[in-house]
Amino acid sequence: MNSSHTDTARWDKEIVPRRGLLSIPWGELWRYRDLIRQLAVRDVTAQYKQTVLGPAWFIIQPLLTTFVFSFIFGRFRTGADVSAPTAHIPHFLFYMSGLVIWGFFAECVNKTSNTFTKNAQLFSKVYFPRLAVPVGQVFTSLIGFFVQFGVFLLGLGFYWIKKHHFADPAHPFFLEPNWRMLLLPIFLAQAAMLGVGVGLIVSAISTRYRDLAMATGFGVQLWMYGSSIAFPVSELSERNQSILMLNPMVPVVEGMRFAFLGAGTVTAGYLALSAAVCASVMLVGIVMFNRTEQNVMDTV
Amino acid sequence: MAVVIRVEKIAKRYQLGQLSRKTFFADWRRKLFGGDEPDDAPGVYWALRDVSFDVEQGQVIGILGRNGAGKSTLLKILSSITSPTRGSIKLKGRIASLLEVGTGFHQELSGRDNVFLNGAILGMTRKEVERKFDEIVAFSGVEQFLDTPVKRYSSGMRVRLAFAVAAHLEAELLMIDEVLAVGDASFQAKCLGKIGEVAGSGRTVLFVSHNAATVESLCNRGIVLQSGKVAFDGKQTDALRFYSEANSVNGSSVGDRRDRTGNGEIRIFKIEIRNSRGNPVCTVSSGSELSVWLHFENYAQRQFGSLNARINVRTQLGIPVFTQSNTVTGQPFGELPKKGAFVCKIPRLPIPAATYRISFQIATSYRHGDLIDAVEDAIEMEVESADYFGTGIVPALAGGTSLVDADWRMERVDG
Repeated sequence: MNSSHTDTARWDKEIVPRRGLLSIPWGELWRYRDLIRQLAVRDVTAQYKQTVLGPAWFIIQPLLTTFVFSFIFGRFRTGADVSAPTAHIPHFLFYMSGLVIWGFFAECVNKTSNTFTKNAQLFSKVYFPRLAVPVGQVFTSLIGFFVQFGVFLLGLGFYWIKKHHFADPAHPFFLEPNWRMLLLPIFLAQAAMLGVGVGLIVSAISTRYRDLAMATGFGVQLWMYGSSIAFPVSELSERNQSILMLNPMVPVVEGMRFAFLGAGTVTAGYLALSAAVCASVMLVGIVMFNRTEQNVMDTV
Repeated sequence: MAVVIRVEKIAKRYQLGQLSRKTFFADWRRKLFGGDEPDDAPGVYWALRDVSFDVEQGQVIGILGRNGAGKSTLLKILSSITSPTRGSIKLKGRIASLLEVGTGFHQELSGRDNVFLNGAILGMTRKEVERKFDEIVAFSGVEQFLDTPVKRYSSGMRVRLAFAVAAHLEAELLMIDEVLAVGDASFQAKCLGKIGEVAGSGRTVLFVSHNAATVESLCNRGIVLQSGKVAFDGKQTDALRFYSEANSVNGSSVGDRRDRTGNGEIRIFKIEIRNSRGNPVCTVSSGSELSVWLHFENYAQRQFGSLNARINVRTQLGIPVFTQSNTVTGQPFGELPKKGAFVCKIPRLPIPAATYRISFQIATSYRHGDLIDAVEDAIEMEVESADYFGTGIVPALAGGTSLVDADWRMERVDG
């Protein structure tokens, strides 16, 4: 009541109408790291509660998609030039390599793009750094990815044994363990940055007007067909290849194939360009999200 | 004492109405050509207007106000859920806000998992929750069901567990919104005790409540908000008096009621419910002493030979609970002044917790006299549950509209 004898030396927190564009509460996010972990664990465990197959659902979906892709698009690949570098890669490995990383990216986009609408109830009642939710979501998606990636490695092992023990001449492709496999974290980081960035942008824009949220699921699906999941880039003409490389997911997908199957069309330059695009998209997303966060509960 | 919260000229604007294509283009026009929304544009609603106050360490503040007065908005801004349109707030210390009990509980997860999740949402680290886990569980009283998914919990269990987590937060600034409106009465009492403990330990508490008794016993300062402005700031008892006087639900608007009957020789212009200390209140508890004050103005040119003042108490569904009048108690009023009050004192209110409506009737006699002034459902009276029988068991309205003192024993009857 009496403000004359106050100690105005230091305040821990100041609430103002609008925070600066770049004043993102990193420190706070770090202090809430336990929440991020809890959210990730919650989403993984709660997702398959009351299902018979439980966590098996993690792998059923990508496996089935891989089989469908092998069946439908595989026909076109068999007709391709036998001298093409990817020609001898089994369908299963070829499609699954792309699908696992794409699945991770798509999960990141889809799960983070409705952050505000899905958590409106929670956000309207308690404060914590809102970024904790999408960040937790990335970790949830990452867990799913590693399970699926495990299945992919099993497939890889299967073909490796087949080649070495049975000297199967039908699959003479290169897949000895090599240093390029260590690039996986880079691919993952790029997919995560891009996925979360796109998701955050959509969630920030769609709090006031929902139109973009409507288009997201569909848009991601369309994006997949433009991301060399269903075809190797090497089958395109030079000119089309360089156009396709502007899609930041293409070098990531091709990089996966390059690292694990020994045949992918990617250069360090394109990979770096893609990384730069992914990082920028993420930064834009974070800034927009942070900006929206402060007043979002008035409009959701 | 050091100031730990400084609220400076906080204002909050809301846009009413649906967002649509129309508002979309208006948004963009504003974004492109600059300019802020005019303060008095149609559909603009100011929930808070230039609210300022300082809070010193250790103060326990009750924030009072009618629905829409801006209490919840203020708490939301203080707890960073939404940001102010203008003004600023400075805070010192760790803040915890409890705007709802059980926020973020996940239906599919077990009670145990939810304690950790809820703790994390409220800002506790895993270590903190682990350290207090046993205490939390003991407080909640749901030990047996810790590994059951929360969706199988009764609402009472859920609330108990949620409050237990929240109650063990270590924060210097605590903001609480009506969370005690849930759970059974004995648990409410436990929660109040816990909040009192927190308040007594030198922490600063901001408490939004309609419950006068709670504010009176818990707080040492009261702020009354009226249409987004601070209407009163001072001692909690004074704030409560100010609030109940300003509150039309408590009968101050009864003079403006058009739906009245009677010849108008006497007019009841205000009704008050006062507690045993004579303070006007909105809420009373079962078993407490209260007085109903019917303030009148006497316009009559004559003296009344007899006068009957009667109150009828009904439930919100219209079920009669009881009737009282000065004729049945045999207490005539005598000569009437120009201004005064008919006071009906009830020494021990024998009705369970619920909202009741009080009607009054002033007539020249008990049965067949002339009706002078009458208003149906003139005010609402909030009765809160209390330990009426002194046994810790709180009776509910579902069991009947009255509480009857009784004496039970067992008799052995041979043959």
